[in-house]
Parts: sequence; C-alpha cells; structure tokens
Amino acid sequence: MWWKILLFVGMTAMIIASYVTPAPQQQIGESSRIFYHHIPQAWICVLAFATSMVYSIRYLRSRRIEFDDRAVETARLGFVFCLLATVTGSIFARIAWGSFWNWDPRETSVFVLLLIYGAYFALRGAVQEPDRRAALSGVYSIFAFVTVPFLIFVLPRIVPSLHPDDSIVDSSMEFTMGPSVRVIFFASLALYTVLYFWMLNLSGRIGRLVRVREDLES
Amino acid sequence: MPPRSTGLDSKALAVYAKDMRLELRSRYALNAILMFAITTLAVVSFSLGQSGLSPKLLSALFWIVIFFSAMSGLAHVFVREEETGTALALRLMADPDPVYIGKLAFNFSLLTTMAVVVTPLFFIFTDAPAEHIISFLPVLALGVIGLSGATTLVAAIISRASVKGALFAVLSFPILMPLLIALVAATEKVFGGSGLGEALAELQFLFAYAVVMITASLLLFKFVWQD
Repeated sequence: MWWKILLFVGMTAMIIASYVTPAPQQQIGESSRIFYHHIPQAWICVLAFATSMVYSIRYLRSRRIEFDDRAVETARLGFVFCLLATVTGSIFARIAWGSFWNWDPRETSVFVLLLIYGAYFALRGAVQEPDRRAALSGVYSIFAFVTVPFLIFVLPRIVPSLHPDDSIVDSSMEFTMGPSVRVIFFASLALYTVLYFWMLNLSGRIGRLVRVREDLES
Repeated sequence: MPPRSTGLDSKALAVYAKDMRLELRSRYALNAILMFAITTLAVVSFSLGQSGLSPKLLSALFWIVIFFSAMSGLAHVFVREEETGTALALRLMADPDPVYIGKLAFNFSLLTTMAVVVTPLFFIFTDAPAEHIISFLPVLALGVIGLSGATTLVAAIISRASVKGALFAVLSFPILMPLLIALVAATEKVFGGSGLGEALAELQFLFAYAVVMITASLLLFKFVWQD
C-alpha cells in the first residue's frame, strides 16, 4: 500500500516540477518539457514489448497458458505506451522540426512496432483454439522482434536521423543535462517504470480471475 | 555425423521435389504471382508513361510490384497442405527442419522465376537504365533471398489460422519493412549510376537480414508446425 501512496506523491511532484523548473532545452524553449514524458513512455513501450517476447519464449518452452496470458497483457500495455510515445513525439516533431511526421528512423521504427503488434492482435483474433493461438502468436512476436535491432541500430546508419544522439549523454558519456533536469528526468523514468509494473500486476490479477471463472463455468 | 546430415538433405530435397511436381501440375502459385506482377507493372507503366522517372521513383515502384506479387503467391505452399488435408501426413513423415528447408527452397524458386520474368519487363516498360542491370543483379538476388526467407515462416503461421485472407500481407509487412527500406535505398543508388561500391552498407544489411531471418525461422518453425 505504502508504495502506491509514494507513487502518487512522486508522480504529482514530478509533473509539477516538470512545469515550474526552467525548460530543459533552451533553443526549443517551453515545449521541450514534453521530453520528461516522451522518453519514459518510449522506454516503457520497449520494456513492455521485450517482456512480452520473454513470456512468449517461456510459453513455447513450457506450454503453460498463463505465460501466454502475461504475454498478451504486457503487449497491450506496450501498445498503449507506444501510442502515447508516438503522439507526444509527433506533437514535439511539429514544433521542433516543422511537421508532424518526417519518416525519421525512430519514427519509422515506432511505426513498425505499432504495425507488428497490430498484426499480432489481428493474428490472435483469427485463431479460435487457445493453445494454437498462443503458439502461433508467440512465434510471430519472437520472429517480429528479431527485426527490431535492424530498425533501431542499423537503419539510422543508412538513413540520416533528426533525433539528437546526445539528448542524455554525449559522445564521451558525460551527462548533457543540467542537474535539476537530470533529477526530474530520472525520477520520471523510475516513476513510469513503477507505474508500468503496477498496471501489469493489476492486469495479471484480472487475467487470473478470468481464468478461474472460466474453469468454474466449464 | 554424415548419415544424419545426408538424411536432412535428402528429406528436404524430397519435400522440395514434391512441391515442384505439384506446382508443375497446376501452376497455381506461379500463374497467380506472375499475372499479378505483370498486371501491376502494366498499370504502373500505363499511368506514369515511359520517360522522366527518377531513380528514386523507379526503385520504389519496382519493389512495390515485387512485394505485392510475392504476397499473392508465397503463402500457397503451406495453405495448400492444410486445404487438401495433406499437412497431417507430411507431419508424420518428416521432421520440421527438412519441411521448412524444402518449402523455403520452393518459395525461393518461385520468387526467382518471377524475378527472371518481371525484371526484363520492368526495364522494357519503364525507362529504367538498362546499362546498370548487371550491378542490379546482386541487389535483386539478396532481395529475393530476404523476401522468401522472411515470409516462409509467416506463410506457415497463417496456414494454421482459421481466417487466412489478408492476414499474410498484414503479418508480413512489418517484418519486411527493414528489408524493403534497404532494398529501395540500394536500388536507387544502382539506378542512379553510382555503382555497387556506394551501396555496400545496404548490401551488408541485406545479407545480415537474410541470415538472421532464416536462422530464426529454423529455430521457430517446429513450434508452428507441430501442435
């Protein structure tokens, strides 16, 4: 219970601090405050999808349907955070680069992530039998995740990127942010991560209750 | 272990020969894929005219034609097994690995045939620079390997789903997106006349992509194929 109160107080303090402290990036100005939310959302999106892939691997190894439930739950959360990161990034792109969508490599990769998990949910809708649905969608999610390194690490070397490489650390691994910006940013990162695990825990408990009810009915 | 490796080869070869024989009897997948490619190519050529297309536009059009033609025929090799009810027999007779390798080889042959027919037609129908066709061949070959390598597993997945219709293209597109971006970039450089040396980064990318996707498919195929 105590950590939920702590999360609430921390989240409130972080949001207030993100508005009352000086803007983190002087050239872009006030709108650069979106960075306190945009990067943690993108981080949660990647974390959630990676967790989903790990659960898919565990399902294929053990064939226990609970792992498939966890994989879907975290993929759903990842999809929500992915949408949030896309929308906040798109608004920021309009202000910083002049248009909502530029096919910058990061934008391309987030678009492909949305397509992958859109296809993942479409595939789950197309298979009725639960075991087969779990196996097929698990294989697809692992197979699709294999292409992500190509998008994130290799593609920016072929197509030039607008995203700054030095928004967190510069080339000599020194922090480029001021001290107050750094504190708020890492607090936001930590708070979003706790929020994600709480949401995952809640949807896992709901998923288990649904399974219990199905077992009672059958 | 020489006996086992020859076993894998001969089994994969047997699966491949069986699919080839079936395909030559009906020519269903080949006809579908070729007619689709020629129709799209004709529409592109009709509507855009023959001159004044930039290398960027030409390379994008070429890979759009190839991508959608591939989508129309590559799933057939697994869907046929499920529709005619022969999948169970094949599952009993052979291990997953030779089945995957045989089917991959079949899809590769199908796409190669299509590319052999469509590429000259593309150079005839549009004003693509025919003098660069030799340096275009490696890009085309890596594209065909990457396309068949990445989509054969997806074909196996959708053959086991109850709704097959548009699912193949929906599932394949995100996986093929990095491949298509690199292919279009490499083709643009080749058509622009800057030679293969300039496109070395893209060629390495295409090669790495094909190797990774085929390896991942080999590891994952048994989970799709066996219940």
